[in-house]
Amino acid sequence: MPELRTEEFIVNMGPHHPSTHGVCRLVLTMDGEKIIKIEPVIGYLHRAIEKICENRTYQQCIPILDRFEYVTAMSCNYVFSLAAERLGQVEVPQRAEYLRVIMLELNRIASHLIFYGVTAMDIGAYTPFLYGLRERELIMDLFEMTCGQRLTYNYIRIGGVSRDIPPEFVPKCREALKIISERMSDYEGLLNENPIWLVRTKGIAILPAELAVAYGVSGPVLRASGVQYDLRRNDPYSIYERFDFDIPVRYHGDCYDRYLLRLDEIRQSMRIVSQALDSLPEGEIKNKKVKANFKPPAGEVYARIENTRGELGVYLISDGSAKPLRVKTRGGSYNQLQVLPHYGTNMLIADLVANFATLDIIMPEVDR
Amino acid sequence: MNDHLLAVLELHGLFQWLYDKLLTVGLPESWTTVVAYGSLSVIVFGVLALVALYLIWWERKIAGHIQQRFGPMRHGWHGWYQTIMDAIKLLQKEDIRIATRDRVVFFWAPVICFVAAFLAYVVMPFGDRLIVADLNIGILYILAVTTFTVISLIMAGWGSNNKYALLGGMRSAAQMVSYEVPMVASVLTVIVFVGSLSMVDIVKSQSGLIFNWYIFRVPFGPIAFLTYIVAATAEVNRTPFDIPEAEQELVAGYNVEYSGMKFAMFFLAEFVNMFTVAAIAVTLFFGGWNGWQLVPSWIWFLGKTMLVILLLMLFRWTYPRLRVDQLMEFSWKFLVPVTFANLILAGVFKQLHWYW
Repeated sequence: MPELRTEEFIVNMGPHHPSTHGVCRLVLTMDGEKIIKIEPVIGYLHRAIEKICENRTYQQCIPILDRFEYVTAMSCNYVFSLAAERLGQVEVPQRAEYLRVIMLELNRIASHLIFYGVTAMDIGAYTPFLYGLRERELIMDLFEMTCGQRLTYNYIRIGGVSRDIPPEFVPKCREALKIISERMSDYEGLLNENPIWLVRTKGIAILPAELAVAYGVSGPVLRASGVQYDLRRNDPYSIYERFDFDIPVRYHGDCYDRYLLRLDEIRQSMRIVSQALDSLPEGEIKNKKVKANFKPPAGEVYARIENTRGELGVYLISDGSAKPLRVKTRGGSYNQLQVLPHYGTNMLIADLVANFATLDIIMPEVDR
Repeated sequence: MNDHLLAVLELHGLFQWLYDKLLTVGLPESWTTVVAYGSLSVIVFGVLALVALYLIWWERKIAGHIQQRFGPMRHGWHGWYQTIMDAIKLLQKEDIRIATRDRVVFFWAPVICFVAAFLAYVVMPFGDRLIVADLNIGILYILAVTTFTVISLIMAGWGSNNKYALLGGMRSAAQMVSYEVPMVASVLTVIVFVGSLSMVDIVKSQSGLIFNWYIFRVPFGPIAFLTYIVAATAEVNRTPFDIPEAEQELVAGYNVEYSGMKFAMFFLAEFVNMFTVAAIAVTLFFGGWNGWQLVPSWIWFLGKTMLVILLLMLFRWTYPRLRVDQLMEFSWKFLVPVTFANLILAGVFKQLHWYW
């Protein structure tokens, strides 16, 4: 009798699949339920953002970069403004710096709340998704109150911010922070000690620190692997050195640590926001010297900030005209997707889903 | 309330009334029996289809309220006929049949699933004397026919010629076969108490005081109930054991290629199956139709079943999903030993007349 033979087969996970967070395509070579090989295929969301920017003035680039990483559009606004300000040596008023920090950190909280919901949903718990988005709504309301937008803000401009916060912003913001910090216990109660959640995430898909560093992984994924690296501390920008906050680090590098680390970061961001609200100075919100035809002197600059998905960077080359000669963007998701095939194999397809969710990859940042 | 009205409310003479009416039409006696049973099955089928539609609505409402929203609100009061409209929509939809399907298998899978879901109701005691046929192997019959569902799910997975569907079908086969074992062992624990496989006997042995219900027969009753409800959740593929249709992994699992009414048949069968396992739980552990006399027995039965279903729904909207290998380990390494130990100890206690 001939020996029984099993065959590997290929599953095309994506570009349309419920848990690839956009249009990522993973070509999986499978042995039954086990994954032998992962091959990410990217480019389904390519919109040539960098090239479009090179045909716009500096001010016009900002609304386009809103679409670069739409979950935290404030960061994209900010990193481009930061690069342009460094290029043109623009002073930013103090009040604008505080407002920027408040907006950036609120946006970080909002993004992590989405992460919480989406990850839980990918692991099969539907209810946390609604809970996460419910609290995100409070932050979206604050943004809408300030700049009229809920997703693509176009708020942080070169030399400041586009408009001042309304008077009811500060009390509303404090109230939102209070509600979120109260409901954090709900989130943790639903999942942290849940035995099913623990077996699904603890010890699953361990990303070793060396591998993470070798592939340029940054942000919460890197910190969950035990590397204390946060640009807010390691390469301070804006006024972050004025605030008292911790950089949470966890050491196992598994899905559970990546999940917990984001909950820790929500707490730290809330600390920063409440400190910034306490010490918010009065004054100008925009440097009046920056005009619509902002022309920085010729030169090049790289600006980077700590985003929710790792290092977010913009590399700008100026030839002294009103349009940038070259815009290069860098997003953390790209590196996280790149490292996935190197440690994500030899596990079941359900683990891949958990792993992919906790990496928190979003595709516009990969494809640009 | 007079006895006659009570008898009418209890629907005791339903079958007899039907039979007598048919005799007056003038059919020969053998034909009358056939037609009477036929009409009875149509009634049962209709009621169950309505129950399934209602359960879908209820599930959506419960999910909504757990998730801080309302669920369906547009059609009628709190959306009460939402699922009826959904069913009508599904009926009208195009039946997409992919070219690479296995024609015969693809066609028969939803049919078998649908039929298997309803077969169990032949012996389901809805109320006092409200049962289609009181087979003396009642519970064994139910366990046998509900297993047909596995075949239909594998057929759906295979016939669709789709990798996700195939994975879903294989998963469901492995899962349902594994959880059949602890489920049967939990059921047998109750059979040990009763000494009969007939559904009516099981219910009658729990009549009288509430403490006659087998859920209160400590410690074996509660343990058997817990293991039963866990195994039953897995049997009907619900969270945390819904891996055959794990949306985030397999898109939709075995029914990914089905559309229109064929999909609706799978969907309805899922809810009918849920009602079945809850009804069995009520019959075995919660005294079936037994209850306070003034309320008709079938209302007691339906009410208790709804409470058990509520439990299943709360599971679904609270827990994450297990992984496929963890699911198997849980069944074979934990549930099976526990249920068998429970069954053996219950048998020993019964045999030695220690407290029965």
